Amino acid sequence: MDRKAGGVFWLAVAWLVLVAALAVSAAWWPLPAPDQIDWVRLTAKPGDGGHLLGTDSLGRDIAARLLFGARVSLFVGFLAPCIGLLAGGLLGILAGFYRGTFDALIVVIIDTLLALPRLVLLLVVAFVFGSSLFSLTLSLGIVIAPSVARIVRALTIRIAEREFILAARAAGASDAAIILREILPNVLMPMLVYMLVITALVIVAEGSLGFLGLSVASPMPSWGGMIAEGRDVLAEHPHVSMIPAAVMFLTVLAVNLLGDRMRGWLDVRESQL
Amino acid sequence: MNRTDKLLRVENLAVEFPAGNGGRVRAVAGVSFDLVRGEALGLVGESGCGKSSLARAIMQLPRPTSGTVALDGEKLTALDGEILRSLRPRFQMIFQNPAASLNPLRTIGRTIEAPLRTMGRHDAAERTRLAREMMVAVGLDPLQFYERRPSQLSGGQCQRVSIARALMTAPQLLVCDEPVSSLDVSIQAQIINLLREVQTTRGLSLLFISHDLAVVRHLCDRVAVMYLGKLCEIAPVGALFSAPHHPYSRALLAAIPRPDPKHRPAASDLLPGEPCSPMDSIEGCSFRARCARATEQCAVHQPELREIGAGHRVACHHPV
Repeated sequence: MDRKAGGVFWLAVAWLVLVAALAVSAAWWPLPAPDQIDWVRLTAKPGDGGHLLGTDSLGRDIAARLLFGARVSLFVGFLAPCIGLLAGGLLGILAGFYRGTFDALIVVIIDTLLALPRLVLLLVVAFVFGSSLFSLTLSLGIVIAPSVARIVRALTIRIAEREFILAARAAGASDAAIILREILPNVLMPMLVYMLVITALVIVAEGSLGFLGLSVASPMPSWGGMIAEGRDVLAEHPHVSMIPAAVMFLTVLAVNLLGDRMRGWLDVRESQL
Repeated sequence: MNRTDKLLRVENLAVEFPAGNGGRVRAVAGVSFDLVRGEALGLVGESGCGKSSLARAIMQLPRPTSGTVALDGEKLTALDGEILRSLRPRFQMIFQNPAASLNPLRTIGRTIEAPLRTMGRHDAAERTRLAREMMVAVGLDPLQFYERRPSQLSGGQCQRVSIARALMTAPQLLVCDEPVSSLDVSIQAQIINLLREVQTTRGLSLLFISHDLAVVRHLCDRVAVMYLGKLCEIAPVGALFSAPHHPYSRALLAAIPRPDPKHRPAASDLLPGEPCSPMDSIEGCSFRARCARATEQCAVHQPELREIGAGHRVACHHPV
């Protein structure tokens, strides 16, 4: 499959690897601490006074904040879909496999949650759990879960009616064995691709939440928070917002490109059946 | 013939499904027959007559609505789930759609050894050895195919994998639900010959469902003809093909294509109309609306299977 992957795909992979490596190594770079204030250089331009990417309106080093902010974006972007996949996937598989009353109940719950405006749901979770990295991840995970459950349920129903499930039953497999060995792997493959789409959405969602003050609490840096903080000086010092925005844009683009490519591989596999 | 010769006894089996509007579809409406050890019984009938429902009811997938299925004296229909699961290795099934009956993500080798794993028999190395041995027995080269996935196999090869998987548990009964109807004709012959071979070498009893009478004639010892959820005739292959007594069997046989372009079935042998819906409850004989021989009696009394020759039973008030 590597032969078909173009240069753009590898650029995307390289960018994501770079962001991940920088997020992990953020503390080891010879940069000022992300919350250290340089009182003489507020909103410094990139390159000014040793600040590689300049400073924000409080004189904090943008490069350092980007690196530490990457931790938040990647943490949320990875874990929130995992929480959504775990919770939604579990309910979706059970509903799709057992059908009946349980299924009907799950479908009602899914439809109800999907009918609620996402933002209201996020506000409620943030209100209950406070605004920490943990609650941000959890709330985004909860928001994702219903749509994951719906897709997993549909996939499960489609797979459960295939004859290899009957064959497993005929050999005496228990429900648990059928769900774990026959259905789960077949649901997981397409879901992993969907998860990349969700990751992209979650990273953008963190950005939007930053504007509402619902992302991680200051002074902890996050890309969304940085974009939001630069809003006040957007006219005079656009780089304060634009640098984190560009980094977020590139990251989301890279994730989407990766997802598209993987969907391509999956479609080929599916069509061979 | 003593009792222990009967491997499978099916009595008054009925399968109903809920229909959309609160009604119920009677897919199988009271079917009884026996299957002797080592015998191949063909089950024929047109699409929608309940053949597959009957097969699945015998497999207890899902359990039938009523009636009994007894395998070797054990009433499968009366057993609780756990005990039934422990008996499942003794009766196995082969499905119609070869590709859909294999897990697309699993290699062929793993698919074949899966039943042993489910049963908790043998260690991994022994399971692999047995699976390879079985692959040879069904005509698949283990070196070439063990690590392949279903998407890399043809329909006929997939069906060989299905047969291998079903045989891994050393079953006494093999239920084949139209195992060759989705394959090319030349491949059909190979699979039929393979089934015949494993049936004789392993002393299997076969319930072979098909709408292809030529295949049934080639493979089976006895034939049961099914119409709208009921058996209308059951007889040794030779007797049924030479002298069918039920008007429906007669029409079915007349519809077999012959390699003669000038041959046309006699108009009197062709059936008018369509089968009734299995949702309607029918008084009397369910075939009477399409039957030239139907009388008052057929509208009132439902004909039961009765013996009219050696092992030849027919459910008709006015047999041909």
